[in-house]
Amino acid sequence: MTIALEDVFETAGMILFENYDIRAVTLGVNLKDLVHPDPFRMAQAAGQRLGQWGSRLAAEAEAVSESLGVPIVNKRLSITPAAWLIEPCPDQNAPIILAQALDQAATEAGIDFVGGFGAWVQKGSTKADIRLMESLPRALSVTQRLCGFLNLATTRAGMNLDAIARLGELLLEMAAAAPQGIACAKFVAFANAPEDNPFMAGAFHGPGEADVALNVGISGPGVVRSVVERHPDCDLTMLSEIIRRTVFKITRAGELVGRELAKRLGVEFGVVDISLAPTTAIGDSVGRILQAMGLEQVGAPGTTAALALLIDAVKKGGSMASGRVGGLSGTFIPVSEDLGMIEAVERGALNLEKLEAMTAVCSVGLDMFAVPGDTPAHALSGIIADELAIGMVNHKTTGVRVIPVPGMQAGDSVDFGGLLGRAPVMRVNPFSGEKLIRRGGRLPAPLSALRN
Amino acid sequence: MAAERVFVVVLGSDQKGIIARISTLLYEKNANIEDVQQKIMDGTFVMTMLADVSECACDTAGLRDSLEDLGAQMGLTVMVQAESVIKAMQRV
Repeated sequence: MTIALEDVFETAGMILFENYDIRAVTLGVNLKDLVHPDPFRMAQAAGQRLGQWGSRLAAEAEAVSESLGVPIVNKRLSITPAAWLIEPCPDQNAPIILAQALDQAATEAGIDFVGGFGAWVQKGSTKADIRLMESLPRALSVTQRLCGFLNLATTRAGMNLDAIARLGELLLEMAAAAPQGIACAKFVAFANAPEDNPFMAGAFHGPGEADVALNVGISGPGVVRSVVERHPDCDLTMLSEIIRRTVFKITRAGELVGRELAKRLGVEFGVVDISLAPTTAIGDSVGRILQAMGLEQVGAPGTTAALALLIDAVKKGGSMASGRVGGLSGTFIPVSEDLGMIEAVERGALNLEKLEAMTAVCSVGLDMFAVPGDTPAHALSGIIADELAIGMVNHKTTGVRVIPVPGMQAGDSVDFGGLLGRAPVMRVNPFSGEKLIRRGGRLPAPLSALRN
Repeated sequence: MAAERVFVVVLGSDQKGIIARISTLLYEKNANIEDVQQKIMDGTFVMTMLADVSECACDTAGLRDSLEDLGAQMGLTVMVQAESVIKAMQRV
């Protein structure tokens, strides 16, 4: 059956005019078998394996992109959480040795980012977890392409406030260790972290994964914005239907690219992450989708409801399109990477509190926002605890990627360049929660965790 | 590796020789045109050609480069996409 010209043109137009692309192909690589007491030996073996897979991924992704005519923007690797790899290495420098080997391997292979330099500490920390945590400021500032994470809460285990209290201090060290606090942009604090997420900074290759798995993240804010703009007057029921149909289409292309690339690499095809992931390209903005739905600015009354409709439609359309939907599969609302979000903050429409409310209905949390450099550590810990509590209680993933920018105050603006964009520095509530954070201990898991 | 069938999508201002020059190039590359549709949409000339490129002299990337060069000479936007992508998106 012939495909109508309008349908062919629609697909071509998504790529030509609406910034549609495959945002990330991320190959998860198991490194558990490389554990060794000698950190140099372990790091060298890890670097070698990543180099080999990375080179193949970069070459094959290019070939698939050319063959299918769909752009693939980023090629990434994710690894077994690094804390597990350094378990038998008492050497305090082991994390740094590993970090540098991973970074070098990524650079040489032409890989954009390596994720997985992190630990699971929601209930407690092993000695290796602590070594890794303490190394984060240095590890993420002496490397270019390495991304780190900590999982600090789960719905089943509760939340580790001791680790969160320490993380607040580490974030300030991290911010001071590299210009403009940029190392903080490569770190995310999670509740209920997914094990197959292709997006950075939080990608890692979880314990339930095979040796190697390919995960794909698609991007479609521009496509969704465009279709919403073309329907300015329909009611929200119809709008949901329209968004569902559109997301179905873009997910199908992601699924096809993932399948083809996995086949060429001879690896398991993991998941398609259907998250709408904005960029700073004009129009490629989740904020602009919300505006097209009828908000003057993001943050206006109705914002959380609009976002809830959007994410619901994205999930329904995406699930119909692929049986392998996974990862975060929410809607990213990073401040610095989305022109609509930047504008909303700069015009005073959106503050940190409303941003937090928005994350209650959409993965993936408070993302890529800047706060003043003199924000106290306990305030950073408090922001993280609040956000992770939303994830923990609601059985969902939430994350925090916060950048305390040294020397900057609320109202200033910091330009990170490239995909990371430009962040207006947001005001932090000046009242203190220090005593609460200092108590430490563990926030118990919610009653809804007891499901057995 | 060339995909078996590709859509060549052309858009821009209407002018003489669009179909002739695009199809000549496809012929020279040993591609077989199986379907052609064209239309003026919102004042813009839009054409799609479905071509079998399994016996093509070059790979899809090479074909795309040649077609894009030709498009640039004529002031047209030309895009080459695998039929499998369009089918995946437009067919349930």
